[in-house]
Amino acid sequence: MSGSEGTAVITAKALTKRFGDFEAVKGTDFEVRAGEAFGFLGPNGAGKSSTMRMIGAVSPVTSGELRIFGLDPADDGRKIRARLGVVPQQDELDEFLTVKDNLVIYGRYFDIPLKACREKAMELLEFVQLADRADSKVQPLSGGMKRRVTIARSLMSDPEILLLDEPTTGLDPQARHVLWDRLYRLKQQGVTLVLTTHYMDEAEQLCDRLVVMDQGEIAAEGSPAELIRTHSPREVLELRFPAGTNAEHAPKVEGVGARQEVLPDRILIYADDGEAALSEVHRRQAVPESALVRRSTLEDVFLRLTGRTLVE
Amino acid sequence: MMGLSTPPAVRVWEHQLILYRRIWASNVVVSIVRPLLYVLGMGLGVGGLVDDGPRADEVLDGLTYFQFFAPAMIATTAMMVLVNDSLWPIRGGFLWNRTFFSQAASPISPGEIVGGVALWHLTKGLLSSVGVAVVLALFPSTRTWGLIPAVGVGALTGVAFAAPLTTWAAWRETDLSFPNINRFVIVPMFLFSGAFYPISQLPTWLQWFSRITPVWHGVELCRGAVYGGLSLGDVVVHVVYLLAWAGVGWVLARKVFADRLGN
Repeated sequence: MSGSEGTAVITAKALTKRFGDFEAVKGTDFEVRAGEAFGFLGPNGAGKSSTMRMIGAVSPVTSGELRIFGLDPADDGRKIRARLGVVPQQDELDEFLTVKDNLVIYGRYFDIPLKACREKAMELLEFVQLADRADSKVQPLSGGMKRRVTIARSLMSDPEILLLDEPTTGLDPQARHVLWDRLYRLKQQGVTLVLTTHYMDEAEQLCDRLVVMDQGEIAAEGSPAELIRTHSPREVLELRFPAGTNAEHAPKVEGVGARQEVLPDRILIYADDGEAALSEVHRRQAVPESALVRRSTLEDVFLRLTGRTLVE
Repeated sequence: MMGLSTPPAVRVWEHQLILYRRIWASNVVVSIVRPLLYVLGMGLGVGGLVDDGPRADEVLDGLTYFQFFAPAMIATTAMMVLVNDSLWPIRGGFLWNRTFFSQAASPISPGEIVGGVALWHLTKGLLSSVGVAVVLALFPSTRTWGLIPAVGVGALTGVAFAAPLTTWAAWRETDLSFPNINRFVIVPMFLFSGAFYPISQLPTWLQWFSRITPVWHGVELCRGAVYGGLSLGDVVVHVVYLLAWAGVGWVLARKVFADRLGN
């Protein structure tokens, strides 16, 4: 299900969004294919949400070309929105209504008949494992539950593409895994997923392909594995020295790996063989307080491409 | 009913209807009990003093104070109800539950969202006016067929406030001004609306203040509807004035909603 043979459902060429003097999206090119899970990975302020709002046909494109289902959002916004499901960054649920009524009224926005809305709402609450909360008010639900209600709500109109803006930000690990599982099932059912995230683990878990965004630009594109392979050696050695002594230790371990990054709290050494690198560090008598060898992740790719970490 | 499509503005209106379903009982009680208390308290209490006064017939056009005051409540109640329905709930739609953003992400356009809000305000204006009219129908001295058109006038008065205040609430970044709108705009309008006494009792400059406020036009129309006595020309001027406030308000609201939801 890599979706590589799928037809393009979203294409962007030199896509630009400006708010006054501020350029939020600076001429990006990307393509999303039917049935794949496509991610925008980047820190806050990278231009991910602006991109999503343009794809959602609510925010006008400043310049460049954007097509969703081959349609131009400037001319066919209503037709496009009718075929999209949107999970916004904030939940936007009506706290005075029950869980079920939130879904029913959302279905009505899409002009689905009331009776069909009621049936669909129950079906979707089963899907997100909240059927027993159908008649509960939204207010007392946990953050993870509200997120699932929002996802169920976005599915009321049987969307072909689901847009998820930071789907699991602020959720605890267990709630995130429940959510990922549901999203994975949707993808198996053939729904195209487009998501933004600043969590590299989320991107690795969910995305077939992703673009790394930073300051309105796309820094790299590919599958998570490809990106890691292309932009980072296989392993990372993380060294922690006593607080405030990183600068002093950095020259000692210089050249141990292919590359090193000095962060405020640790030094990262990129090497194909992390254990060998650690032996070399010890040989140079630069004794860290702790050392950890791990595989390279998208976080490392991001650091490599932008010189900054994803989550500050 | 499959295949029949509902106009987008009506679908926005339905959201409010679902919300209202949960509070309608208490709302109906309030919209009858409140005018009843007002009418009895002011009409009988103040009326007892005024009707025995030396200039009563001359000032009130031959009406008792109770008769004079009661129909005005249709317009002023609709105003009060819709002021509250158009400040914080509109702000909430952008800021708290962000309902308007949800609607804008669906096939519904910002202009249609404004249409739905307008429909809802009209509905609330009608409901609150009906409540007062029911109270007036209880008393023989205010029971006329004119209560029926007066209900329409009440709703129109309400939306003449709701439309510009919806624009205001959608446009402002904070709600700090909202309590002051109530204190320094709505309450003075209420006091100088000609509901409690004819504005001819006021100094000329204050009479002009009354004439500018939409609510005075609503009060005059309601009283005229219940007892007659307005010329066609007066009716046209009052109705056009109220329609103008509503119309300009909604045109501006469409602009502000479009800017906020589609930037």
